[in-house]
Amino acid sequence: MKNTITIFKKQIKDTLRNKTVLIQFLMFPVMTLIMNNTVKIPDMPENFFVNLFAAMYIGMAPLTSIAAVISEEKEKNTLRVLIMSNVRPCEYLLGIGSYVWLACMTGSLVICISGHYDRKTGLLFMGIMAVGILISLLIGAVIGIGSRTQMMATSITVPVMMIFSFLPMLSLFNGTVAKIARFVYSEQISRMLGSIDSLEFTAERAGIIGVNICIAVLAFMAAFRKCNLA
Amino acid sequence: MKDCIKADGLTVRFSDVLVLDHLSFEVPEGMIFGLLGPSGAGKTTLIKVLTGQLCQNEGEAQLFGKDTRRLTAAEHRSIGAMMDNYGLYERLSVYENLSFYADIYGVSHRVIPDILKSIGLYDARRTAVSKLSKGMTNRLSLARALMNNARLLFLDEPTSGLDPATTREIHDVLLDQRKKGTTIFLTTHNMFEAESICDHVILLHKGSIIEQGKPSDICRRYDHQNKLHITLTDGTELTLDNNGASAPAVNEYLEQNRIRSIHSSEPTLETVFIELTGTGLMADADLRFAPPRRENAPK
Repeated sequence: MKNTITIFKKQIKDTLRNKTVLIQFLMFPVMTLIMNNTVKIPDMPENFFVNLFAAMYIGMAPLTSIAAVISEEKEKNTLRVLIMSNVRPCEYLLGIGSYVWLACMTGSLVICISGHYDRKTGLLFMGIMAVGILISLLIGAVIGIGSRTQMMATSITVPVMMIFSFLPMLSLFNGTVAKIARFVYSEQISRMLGSIDSLEFTAERAGIIGVNICIAVLAFMAAFRKCNLA
Repeated sequence: MKDCIKADGLTVRFSDVLVLDHLSFEVPEGMIFGLLGPSGAGKTTLIKVLTGQLCQNEGEAQLFGKDTRRLTAAEHRSIGAMMDNYGLYERLSVYENLSFYADIYGVSHRVIPDILKSIGLYDARRTAVSKLSKGMTNRLSLARALMNNARLLFLDEPTSGLDPATTREIHDVLLDQRKKGTTIFLTTHNMFEAESICDHVILLHKGSIIEQGKPSDICRRYDHQNKLHITLTDGTELTLDNNGASAPAVNEYLEQNRIRSIHSSEPTLETVFIELTGTGLMADADLRFAPPRRENAPK
């Protein structure tokens, strides 16, 4: 636990000087704040930008940032030194993962505040975001663990991130895409956020998200066993 | 003296490539042990096996009498390592890097200023690692390895690419560590470094040990020429057999006060390596520290 906290604290200092990762955490919350408070179009659904950007944030920020952090540590050998210093891979992943999760949750809080939700709806919003960020984190970790270099991680992260973050938006405009996208967690989360005031947890919805979580966990375990960080 | 490291028939293969071929050696405590070989000889692989980062295919490797594949947390804590790639956080400052590792090792932050002073980086403690020179980064990497008062230090090419002054500073730190009883296992392709600070060296070629012993003993073993090089005051250079037959001539030059310098000639580790393998130690390394043939101090 001590090592996990140390890695968590190190990561805060490192991110504050890493513009590439920092921008991932800040971009969508800032955009939501600005767009939701400045753009008013007649007949636009309530909190349109909040829902749109929240789903995109889930698909993009945790996935790209954790993949970037892990692959950079692998490429620059800091991870090897840590493992040699008797830091267990699970302690490392927990430190980095909890940091990215909390950073994304902070960003989600900003998006949530932009939505002017009441307390109960706000908590529900944050809960949905927490689940989505967790799934993206696992997918990003799989990419980070499996990549030897940052370049390799980026080349895999970009298409994966595009799929998860843009599917909810594309499904708004295309029915065929929406039919396929409903099996993806980011789309389900987008739909849940879109109807957060009258949210119903159907078996189908819970099943799809559950299957997405299972796939992410299994992929993470397979990557961890095969590559084992070292 | 107890053995700190013991390898017995250590073999590593990457697919069909034999990287380490049945290596057997022992490293007693408190010694600077040099592993000398060109790039690709298997030096880094050996360090990885000894530090438990890589498993061997055959043979045994032990640290402090324990199998390297089953090192405990306490044994890991008694090892310091400086690898070929630094493994430092480039965006963090010198101090932040050391304080991070101090937390990982469970060492008080109070030791950091002393370590930084001993390694000559105290004034640069607030500088980001990305802005340090190669020599400073090497020293910081060494500082991190020294941080947990390790009983055993693994240093992978600690002075590669450094200027002579920085190399000397690092050698001084290593000799100081030896005085404190630390065992140092270093790899190098710099024969001058091996000769000047190592108590015992292994010459490694294509994963096999081709020679080992004290550097001076190895050089003497391969001294086939046994010559004396004399430079006279008028600039004439003479090469004489280093035996009694040359004594009258040498005496005569001495009596006439005509000798500017006189040296015995014996092979260096570099020339021994070339003799044994037909290839040089520094094929793709820096040649700055490698005189073609060592000449002993004037007699």
